[in-house]
Amino acid sequence: MASPLPPPRLLSRRRLLGGLLAAAAASTLPAATLARSTTPLTRTLPGTDVALPRVGLGSWITFNVGDDPRLLEACTAVMAAFFAAGGRLIDSSPMYGTSQATIGHALGRLEALDRVYAADKVWTSRRDEGPTQIEASRRAWGVPRFDLLQVHNLRGWEGHLETLQAMKAAGEVRHLGITTSHGRRHDEMEHIMRRAELDSVQLTYNIVDREAEQRLLPLARERGIGVIANRPFQRKRLIRRLAGQPLPPWAAEIGAATWAQFILKFIISHPAITCAIPATTQVEHVRENLAAAREPLPDEAMRRRMAEYVRGL
Amino acid sequence: MGAGAWWTYRPDDLLMVSPRVYARLFELHNQALWPAQPLALALGGLALIVLLRPGPRRTRLLLMLLALAWAFVAWTFLWQRYAPLQRGIAPVAALFGLQALLLAGLGLLRTGLHLPRRWSVRRGIGIGLFAYALVLHPLLAPATGRGLAGAELLGLTPDPLAIATLGVMAMAEPARRAWALLALPALWCLLSGLTLTLLGAPGAWLPPLAVAMALTARWWPTPAALR
Ligand SMILES: NC(=O)c1ccc[n+]([C@@H]2O[C@H](COP(=O)([O-])OP(=O)(O)OC[C@H]3O[C@@H](n4cnc5c(N)ncnc54)[C@H](OP(=O)(O)O)[C@@H]3O)[C@@H](O)[C@H]2O)c1
Repeated sequence: MASPLPPPRLLSRRRLLGGLLAAAAASTLPAATLARSTTPLTRTLPGTDVALPRVGLGSWITFNVGDDPRLLEACTAVMAAFFAAGGRLIDSSPMYGTSQATIGHALGRLEALDRVYAADKVWTSRRDEGPTQIEASRRAWGVPRFDLLQVHNLRGWEGHLETLQAMKAAGEVRHLGITTSHGRRHDEMEHIMRRAELDSVQLTYNIVDREAEQRLLPLARERGIGVIANRPFQRKRLIRRLAGQPLPPWAAEIGAATWAQFILKFIISHPAITCAIPATTQVEHVRENLAAAREPLPDEAMRRRMAEYVRGL
Repeated sequence: MGAGAWWTYRPDDLLMVSPRVYARLFELHNQALWPAQPLALALGGLALIVLLRPGPRRTRLLLMLLALAWAFVAWTFLWQRYAPLQRGIAPVAALFGLQALLLAGLGLLRTGLHLPRRWSVRRGIGIGLFAYALVLHPLLAPATGRGLAGAELLGLTPDPLAIATLGVMAMAEPARRAWALLALPALWCLLSGLTLTLLGAPGAWLPPLAVAMALTARWWPTPAALR
């Protein structure tokens, strides 16, 4: 992107309150429920003491709204509902247009810096550009430091991992990882997982994209690496495909009331998966998604049944 | 989306805006520019009169108006609004600037471009495209539920500007210059058609249809060639 990201806004308390109410109104959510009302299931990021809710929030496309005040408010309402439902991990990248600035805007409005687990990425082929880009991202989010920094799509991973290791040693980032998606470059990811000290990897995993089950997910468990599942809904294509089909009657046994919950429960019940990060523009959907991170979750036999059912549709 | 096998990416992996954001681009643009819309329509009307009754000085005026519009859209719409949201638009904005320079350059020449005075298939298509861009294209947004606030006006937004320019270049002479100035509007219309298709927007086929019509006009045999 050519234009620089705007800095996060600093707000007075009165404006903040106004923003909260606007966000609540936009979401038809009483302001009181902005306080944490439910607790989703969590999983500890391996090797750390960080317990992450098993459903997080992505920001590709959905939060790329520029400086449009109306859409910034809509995104703030989504994040308000996310935090209200107990969500923590939000994922973004300098590749996502103005999404980082949108997150920064909402974090400021909601005074939610203490709630968020801030996961961002470094995305440049040049190693020497990494620190400048990370600093620009940090300013856009308005966080003192990132909780997780990931090398986006393995781009320039060797150099960036060195930078991130040094930042971690200096306490400038808590955790580090690498990402891929769409099942791309799994061989290379496996190679890095065997070689480097990683806290997490991010990859595409859902009820139909299951290649990661072969090698990467078992390897993550073996090596004690957290796994963040991106594209849980194949950017909605999967939900659209399933929308005309009935949920099986036994979906109630795992507490899935919708296809979105059915899919999310399948993903997060894999023992290697730390969390899934669906993106959404809708308050109702963020609530629905967070509600999937509750008991009951499917066991192994049920997971097989779920996958077979979807395959048969 | 970064390094990796580029051929595994689908076009919609590269599109970074959602339908609501794309629609809001035009609403915000119109809000910010008001009351430029009546002026744009008036200048568009003036340009249409020039096309209907061309002359050397009028043609130069038309080229200057088009140059101004290409520069204006490059800066205010593509660079300031769209480029922060969509990767790849910043260089397109630069190309729009280049088109503005080329148009202005031709406008400065005494006989940069000629427009036909006699009716022909080519002229009919050319003027038809221009009139569509000026009068009908702005009605697409209200007709498809996006409201008048989202109207795309000639001179202020890229699609009608590209279609109108295709119309002018479909009938202008000398052919080589017309072809040179037809290339970028045609590419934009194809890109816009792809974007609108990916967004599931109604009327996605209109900009590519304009390209097809402009090409048809240009390739249409002239009476001299038929003889
Ligand atoms: N290489 C990488 O590092 C990489 C690659 C891809 C993705 N990611 C990360 O992973 C995140 C998720 O992937 P994604 O955004 O590509 O796709 P996704 O999360 O699979 O799908 C997002 C779409 O799902 C819809 N959705 C969300 N919740 C829903 C619900 N409950 N019911 C119905 N529809 C629902 C949303 O539409 P509505 O707005 O209508 O809800 C949105 O259009 C990204 O945002 C990004 O943060 C990272």
